[in-house]
Amino acid sequence: MSDQTRNPRAGRAPKGTRTVAVDALARVEGEGALYVRVRDGEVEDIKFRIFEPPRFFEAFLQGRRYMEAPDITARICGICPIAYMMGASQAMEDALGLKVTGPLRDLRRVVYCGEWIESHVLHAAMLHAPDFLGLQDSLLLAKQNPALVEKALKLKKLGNEILETIGGRAVHPVNLRVGGFHGMPRKKAVRALADRLEWGVEASRDLAKAFSAFDYPDFDQDTISVSMRHPDEYAICEGRIVSDQGLDIAVADFLTHFEEEHVAHSNALQGHMKGVGPYLVGPIARYNNNFKQLSRLAKATAKECGLGPKVTNPFKSILVRMIETLYACEESLRLVKDYEEPDASCLVAKDRAGVGHGCTEAPRGICYHRYALDGEGRITKATIIPPTAQNQKQIEADLLGVVKKNLDLSDEDLKWRCEQTIRNYDPCISCATHFLDLRVERV
Amino acid sequence: MAKGKTNSGPRKPKLAVWKFSSCDGCQLSLLDCEDELLTVADSVDIAYFLEATRAELPGPYDVSLVEGSISTPHDAERIHKVRRQSKLLVTIGACATSGGIQALRNFKDLDPFINAVYAHPEYIDSLAKSTPIQDHVKVDFELRGCPIDKGQLLEVINALLNGRKPNIATHGQCIDCKRQGNVCVMVAHGQPCLGPVTQVGCGTLCPGCQRACYGCFGPTETPNTASLARWLGDRQGHGKREVKHLFRGFTGYADAFRKESEIHE
Repeated sequence: MSDQTRNPRAGRAPKGTRTVAVDALARVEGEGALYVRVRDGEVEDIKFRIFEPPRFFEAFLQGRRYMEAPDITARICGICPIAYMMGASQAMEDALGLKVTGPLRDLRRVVYCGEWIESHVLHAAMLHAPDFLGLQDSLLLAKQNPALVEKALKLKKLGNEILETIGGRAVHPVNLRVGGFHGMPRKKAVRALADRLEWGVEASRDLAKAFSAFDYPDFDQDTISVSMRHPDEYAICEGRIVSDQGLDIAVADFLTHFEEEHVAHSNALQGHMKGVGPYLVGPIARYNNNFKQLSRLAKATAKECGLGPKVTNPFKSILVRMIETLYACEESLRLVKDYEEPDASCLVAKDRAGVGHGCTEAPRGICYHRYALDGEGRITKATIIPPTAQNQKQIEADLLGVVKKNLDLSDEDLKWRCEQTIRNYDPCISCATHFLDLRVERV
Repeated sequence: MAKGKTNSGPRKPKLAVWKFSSCDGCQLSLLDCEDELLTVADSVDIAYFLEATRAELPGPYDVSLVEGSISTPHDAERIHKVRRQSKLLVTIGACATSGGIQALRNFKDLDPFINAVYAHPEYIDSLAKSTPIQDHVKVDFELRGCPIDKGQLLEVINALLNGRKPNIATHGQCIDCKRQGNVCVMVAHGQPCLGPVTQVGCGTLCPGCQRACYGCFGPTETPNTASLARWLGDRQGHGKREVKHLFRGFTGYADAFRKESEIHE
């Protein structure tokens, strides 16, 4: 708790007028801020702010060729570039009338599983787990439990190895394109992943079970889970957009039901469901909506970890991430074992004017893209709605609940609990944010 | 790396990692050194690294790694604070070394850009240009790439901790393609490739996937961009706009690429 040495006010009884300013929220990539005002023991105001410098992707995509969109949008996020590359590619394929099937579709699912593994393990083991143990970071966790952290690092590396084998590079892969892949992922290299994936299934089970022994804050939220759903598989790359309240729409209708709002206290755009309000995307939403489609082992492991078919405690997202990691290892193992090289590494389209939509399940939730193209295949309008923007209001709602429930904590402990709450969603708000400064004002 | 840890033996160097406008991919490259991370963490005190830890040690720092470009008035001030606290300042990645993909706005008026993305432009506080760190403070070493190569990152950290100059090659991609026996995508397949004018570092990944280099590592020291542009135009038949966009990518605001793209405006 070394932050207490930095903050002389920490630990003081919550009375009188005071403001606590802290420099940064760590293990969340990017900078943002949380402002809480408490009057006479009641939360009066709460604002979750975002400071990520605007980067204007949707503006400078205008005029660029459709083929450039996957590589350019990948740079929105270094942790989940595949989500952007795949969403952009599928939107372009939609506009150009291409349908990627067979081994190319399988490879896309495998490389996406690689991103889930890499991102989930980084998020759960390296960035989120230390919160549950009162540790500043995973390197301290490595001193306490070296075997656990070494296993996590090896599993994260396996995710990156999938990205490198099929995508050519772990961060901002080079081999993905509209229509498929630039170079043919070779059968020998792809199938060679199988041994490590078999290990990965066991390793993710071990991590899930280890994390299930943590003390979880008693906190349940009544949320609307929104995710993709596919008739034949646990949805990752394709499907319709559904909610646990009966919504069931095509990807192309996303903007009819959801919109982004630009609020004064934040740089990031906040999403909400029209006429409804906040909603949840990400691992818990996927799990709640598509639990039945998980593998038998994933379901059994969830049960062993104390999870039912519906999760309402956002702090348990760390467990759901490990269940999804387990599933991603099994699923990619199944696909790489049978991989045969197709005749061509990609489908090619003729330029034409049109509008296309794409949506995939980024590690942190659905990521929507829409592009309009002119007759030369140049982008005339781009809209991208990343998962973190969609979760902003839900994060704010969770923070309100957590603060209300924990007003007896010292400012420093409350700050940490709020950080942990945000990390239930995101260690990586760089696609929509940047975190810096937590203020609790008790009036 | 624990704060307040008392060690016998010499003081460990303090390493800090700072983020400005970026995607976080370059600092992630440090966490992606799965096999080496715990060793690195034993050799240094990680004094400030928001992506990895809540713990913070006060400056001065022996080595600061800086990711991201300067794109807001707040960041333009913050980078000076970082410089003042750092003995050695190393920029990592295309954003920090050349302004990044977000520097594409430097070629346009900012206002229409803000209007295109945000409903309330008045809430947005942004500089007209996204600029590299060396435009604001002295930089001791720059590591290129979009993203950086993790092997090169380990070499830089290792070299600086041992008081030697990092061994980072600065020649063009073409030389490495020849060494590795890659088929030339330009000659054999007529693809528009930036390899002849782009610094090595990635391991010629793109030609290895049968695609043209798109310049992640920025221009070489003396790139002949004019000759490449002529080849792309006269021999390959690409239009001015294509040539302009090719140079105007992830390192498009690096001097040599910026100037060449402006010729094809």
